[in-house]
Amino acid sequence: MSAAQTLVCLRTVGQENPASLETYLKLGGYAQLKRLVTEKVKATDIISQVKLSGLRGRGGAGFPTGLKWSFMPRYFDGTKYLVCNTDEGEPGTFKDRDIIRYNPHQLIEGMAIAAYTLGARVGYNYIHGEIWQDYEIFEAALEEARAAGYLGENLFGTGFSFDLYAVHGYGAYICGEETALIESIEGKKGQPRFKPPFPASYGVFGKPTNVNNTESYTSIPWIMEHGGQAFQELGVANSGGTKIFSVSGHVDKPGNYEVNMGIPFAELMALAGGVWKGRQLKAVIPGGPSTAVLPASAILGATMDYDGLSKAGSSLGAGSMIVMDETTCMVKTLKRLSYFFFEESCGQCTPCREGTGWLYRVIKRIVDGQGRLEDLDLLTDVSSNISGRTICALGDAAATPVLSFIKHFRPEFEYYIRHDRSMVEDGLAGRIQAQQEVAYA
Amino acid sequence: MSLSAESLAKIDRELTKYPPEHRQAAVMSALRIAQTEKGWLSKEIITEVAEYLGIPAIAALEVATFYNMYELEPVGKYKITVCTNISCMLRDSAEIVEHLQKRLGIGFNETTTDERFTLKEGECMGCCGGAPLFHINNTEMHEFLTPEKVDQILEGLEK
Repeated sequence: MSAAQTLVCLRTVGQENPASLETYLKLGGYAQLKRLVTEKVKATDIISQVKLSGLRGRGGAGFPTGLKWSFMPRYFDGTKYLVCNTDEGEPGTFKDRDIIRYNPHQLIEGMAIAAYTLGARVGYNYIHGEIWQDYEIFEAALEEARAAGYLGENLFGTGFSFDLYAVHGYGAYICGEETALIESIEGKKGQPRFKPPFPASYGVFGKPTNVNNTESYTSIPWIMEHGGQAFQELGVANSGGTKIFSVSGHVDKPGNYEVNMGIPFAELMALAGGVWKGRQLKAVIPGGPSTAVLPASAILGATMDYDGLSKAGSSLGAGSMIVMDETTCMVKTLKRLSYFFFEESCGQCTPCREGTGWLYRVIKRIVDGQGRLEDLDLLTDVSSNISGRTICALGDAAATPVLSFIKHFRPEFEYYIRHDRSMVEDGLAGRIQAQQEVAYA
Repeated sequence: MSLSAESLAKIDRELTKYPPEHRQAAVMSALRIAQTEKGWLSKEIITEVAEYLGIPAIAALEVATFYNMYELEPVGKYKITVCTNISCMLRDSAEIVEHLQKRLGIGFNETTTDERFTLKEGECMGCCGGAPLFHINNTEMHEFLTPEKVDQILEGLEK
């Protein structure tokens, strides 16, 4: 039996003209913003509901959204800012794209509610530069919302004003890191800032700024309509609500699936059509490459939520599930991932700038038939020397795939080094993998 | 040489998104607008954008060199950027790359002699559900590619 989807953030999907204001209004859109603002509901009451909802940051870090909101200074003599992070560049992540192209108004309403709650006068939605057609859809939605009186000056005649703008990246993964994103909004290289100070005290243009992921803001109108408790109850303990899982790789029906938190892995796989071509599942990266890869045996019984994936030995990340079938060579796959982190390191911190290059070159020499058995320890050593020694999490993200690929698929790496070719291509990977699993059991 | 009135008007619209004392914030979009008009960003154009925004030329150059969708060398009329990252790789982006290289007779970072096509390798574009994929001139995304579909797309581009 496969579970059905629960559409909160993607609720306009399947409607005619899903991105239009008309469609969103028919579903009760902007009613929550209007209610909260005109009834002058207190900020503390709104934040209480968000805390109760169990909503955690959907960009990957999983920080409780209500708690983050409570860090914004309530009284500040100047402009406070609101920022939405739609800079999806973590391989395997493509959920926020569907929000801005199919349900942009719910994001706008969620941001406007956040702005009202936090006293932010101006907001920016920073969108990945590669999805230009979707950027234009969001710009058009902003125009519609302004014309209809949901954005701008003196909304609903209450004196509350909020201006929201779309801005874009232009090809830099690092800008998904919130302080790099802020630098980029200011028109600079996207190099992360030291924290503290956190954006809540020193953000865009040095002013207090709240940064959340697209899916987080888009959940807010539903939480306001149904209450925090109802949202929490959609999910499981420590993982309230729904989650959009971006499923890519070797499945029959890749795509976005919005489901209740805590869905068993097997049910999510069934929604995505299962492993393609009738093949066996080999491995899954459950939350994007900065989360640890899991062999099939470790994820088959897992539930898809923060605690469930942590128990399985990885983490939820952004819900970017990359599925690999039995024909996948883990050595070559790791080479590509390591190249990505090497290419995208911003160059600011030495351990990451130099270390990601080392990781890539060592894995490349294994693939090129120049590897040595000591290289596996060298890779582990370099990874450990990057982790925890950089300003931002990109360094840790680069180390995670290396450590987890070698941990779970060491015989494949050793075989490659000994024979100068892939165990998978020699048709041995499945057999050795099975033996390894028996040994671990 | 210098930017058209249309491009400057577009930059002016971007400037309205920021406080007047933070004109530098518009440099990302200003460079994108300049590149759309000129095809690529020469040092002269980058300097012109910087002067228009009232910021040091080096500040604009830093941005142009940091983000990889800006082109600092001339490219063909159609720049095709193929994603080869993990989700695309698992769905055989290599076949798409080989097909493009064979059909166009160029490798990555090369331009055809008639200056119509440039081929680039891209990092994750955040559309992995549609893998394999590429975008053309930074704006037009094409997903679920097969060699046959690539042929159709290329034949559909105006001569």
